[in-house]
Amino acid sequence: MLTGISPNFRRCALAAAAFLPALLFAGMAAAQVEGQPAPGGLGLPAMVTPVGHEAQAFYNLVLLPIITVIALFVLFLLIYVMWRFNENANPVPSKVTHNTALEIVWTLIPVLILVVIAIPSFRLLTHQVEVPPADVTLKVTGNQWYWNWKYPEEQGGGFAFDQMMKPEAELAPGDLRLLAVDNEAVVPVNEVIKVQLTSNDVIHAFGVPSFGVRQDAIPGRLNETWFKIEKEGVYYGQCYFICGKDHAYMPLVIRAVSRPAYEAWLQEAKKKFAANDGDAKLRIAASDAQR
Amino acid sequence: MASSTTADAHHVPGALTRFLFSTNAKDIGTLYITVGAIGGIIAFVMSAVIRAELAQPGVQVFPVLAQYLHGADPAMALDAGKNLYNMFITVHGVLMIFFMAMPILIGGFGNWFVPIMIGAPDMAFPRLNNISFWLLVASLVLAVFSMFVEGAPGMRGFAGGWTFYPPLSGNTGTPGPAMDFVILALHLAGASSILGAINFITTIFNMRAPGMTLHRMPLFVWSILVTAFLLILVLPVLAGCVTMLLTDRNFGTAFYDPAGGGDPLLFQHLLWFFGHPEVYIIILPAFGVISQIVSTFSRKPVFGYLGMVYAMCAIGIVGSVVWAHHMYTVGLSLNAQRYFVFATMVIAVPTGIKIFSWIATMWGGSITFRVPMVWAIGFIFVFTVGGTTGVVLANAAADRSFHEGYYVVAHFHYTLSLGAVFAIFAGFYYWFPKMTGYMPNETLGKWNFWLLFFGVNIVFFPQHFLGLAGQPRRYIDYPDAYALWNLVSSIGMIPVTIAVLLWLYVIVEAFVAKRVAGENPWGAGATTLEWTLSSPPPFHQFNVLPRIAGSEH
Repeated sequence: MLTGISPNFRRCALAAAAFLPALLFAGMAAAQVEGQPAPGGLGLPAMVTPVGHEAQAFYNLVLLPIITVIALFVLFLLIYVMWRFNENANPVPSKVTHNTALEIVWTLIPVLILVVIAIPSFRLLTHQVEVPPADVTLKVTGNQWYWNWKYPEEQGGGFAFDQMMKPEAELAPGDLRLLAVDNEAVVPVNEVIKVQLTSNDVIHAFGVPSFGVRQDAIPGRLNETWFKIEKEGVYYGQCYFICGKDHAYMPLVIRAVSRPAYEAWLQEAKKKFAANDGDAKLRIAASDAQR
Repeated sequence: MASSTTADAHHVPGALTRFLFSTNAKDIGTLYITVGAIGGIIAFVMSAVIRAELAQPGVQVFPVLAQYLHGADPAMALDAGKNLYNMFITVHGVLMIFFMAMPILIGGFGNWFVPIMIGAPDMAFPRLNNISFWLLVASLVLAVFSMFVEGAPGMRGFAGGWTFYPPLSGNTGTPGPAMDFVILALHLAGASSILGAINFITTIFNMRAPGMTLHRMPLFVWSILVTAFLLILVLPVLAGCVTMLLTDRNFGTAFYDPAGGGDPLLFQHLLWFFGHPEVYIIILPAFGVISQIVSTFSRKPVFGYLGMVYAMCAIGIVGSVVWAHHMYTVGLSLNAQRYFVFATMVIAVPTGIKIFSWIATMWGGSITFRVPMVWAIGFIFVFTVGGTTGVVLANAAADRSFHEGYYVVAHFHYTLSLGAVFAIFAGFYYWFPKMTGYMPNETLGKWNFWLLFFGVNIVFFPQHFLGLAGQPRRYIDYPDAYALWNLVSSIGMIPVTIAVLLWLYVIVEAFVAKRVAGENPWGAGATTLEWTLSSPPPFHQFNVLPRIAGSEH
């Protein structure tokens, strides 16, 4: 009927197949600066927390190979049946419509694959959700459209500050557009940081890709998450839940420093943010007035 | 199978009466498909504008559009533009789900072919059928109205994403009436679907022709039956969910307001108790369409018919108890997350059964690559890609890195924008000769496929990379590092746009060229009852019920 089409069809299908191997490289981390997105990146960013490393290994070594093999296997089967069982190659269709053994096999093998995925998946999930004893606890409150960081008194803090995106006009050389903020949050390196999250207005979400952390900030609820940063540096995150017109304009920035540098910063910050005695509401009113 | 006498002795009303007051399932099906096509084209244009905006970093398109569309003050244009972007992504989602996919697959193909495939003259409740269609039109009107009234202070329309989470959709985020219009639109769309579902279930259970046992029904009918049960189960939950939002907004209740003892998470649980089965409501009829087409063009009955039927039932049942996998980051307990990971991964098994059964149907067949079959094979591949990334996202541990990011966007567009839409095109090209009596142009239909296939893959495949790198979704502007793959993604919209225009041309060309299709243009493989009727079928079919003898599977 349409004999001329078949070879073309197969050739195009093969071209489509060439698109898939790109998946294989998706997991490889390109050369990049830790803490910020890599230009044209194909895979998960370089991770700097234990949970992040585990998540990256789970995706790159378990999930990605499995889904790539499954997708290529289905593609191979499709191309094979198109080649072997088209009307020219096989003019008389078979009448086979059942094969119990085959049906059991293609039910059980996926179950086994899922079990293989489930083991590392549940282990990582436990590590993410169960917060180990914390060295530093911070409270982060989402607002339309900025984050408020509160450092509690009993841990040497006793102040709070708002973290707002630097508008494009105020960017210094080297600042990242849409990611740089006025006040960076500073935390000590190699210590367990617990973040308590809530919101003053609508739902926001606190996410830092290089930590493997993403958690919602919901009004009326106190969520928690944690990270232990293994390297000093500046780490960028963004709001991961739609929160109104400036959803794209409320980044968060965390600078990890050594313990002594952290202590020094606490003293400095205490003076700088002295007006904010830890009561977020006062500061919100002030920042509203500024705008 | 059986043949039947289809002499048409009945009076056929004039065009206006026929379509405005129609109680004829086939005409109502045509109306549904028309409305679905209109909704789909509006939503497609919105997505094209969204991709134009995202083609490069910075905000370029929407402030200008806000001035034209809403008459925004130039001084406020940037803010109005940001709001308009969020409104576009919201309305794009709502239209594609409620006013494109559902009307075409369920209302359109369902009304057209469920009665015919089971050998029934019409639906069980023809007038109910009429009201369910017109409720949908009223709903569409309300949804469109909402775009032009105040939402957030000083802004037009509801701009909080199609999931309508409070407090952003409550008085905190959207005090204006735009959200009330959306809620009422959802009420009407829900009522429309519930009435339609009641009609399908009654029809399928009571009006099958003699010999058409449940286990002899074509798989498309089975898919609509399972879908109808899902609709009746979950749409009342949506109605309750948004009604409580309505009373929170207007009558001082506090179901979702923590200040009054409520909880925003209650809304999310209710919404997703509806919302997750909703994705199966869309994809199950698509599965049904693909099963019919693969069988027809392989000239073989469907492989493992019973397995296919019960896989759909299993997907429907398990799909109703996995809703909180949309909520892994809201602060669920560890055990709750473990359960939802487990239950969600289970769905991969019946879905795998379906994929492999389609391939086994083709195995040993004598395949002709007519246009509907090309779309169906394309569906199997892109749906597999979307399904495998679904297995990734089922893992709460991995979802921590992908939640509300572009990996999710890529995943659900592979299953819906590629999957469901490919099935819609497959069904359209498959049944167009039956519905109109004319053959669409074979070559143009294949061009339509290849343009859309490459286009959507270029649009959505790079979005996996963006999601892995960490780009959040629903962002009008993104850090410069994400520029490359956003540009590639936007370039993919060019072939997609050509494909959509070409599809419109294919329809016009078919009506102009008038290539008569005849009863059965697809040959010996097309064994279901619609191919025993004339094309288009008579105004009333099966005046004498066909008798179904024996089983094809």
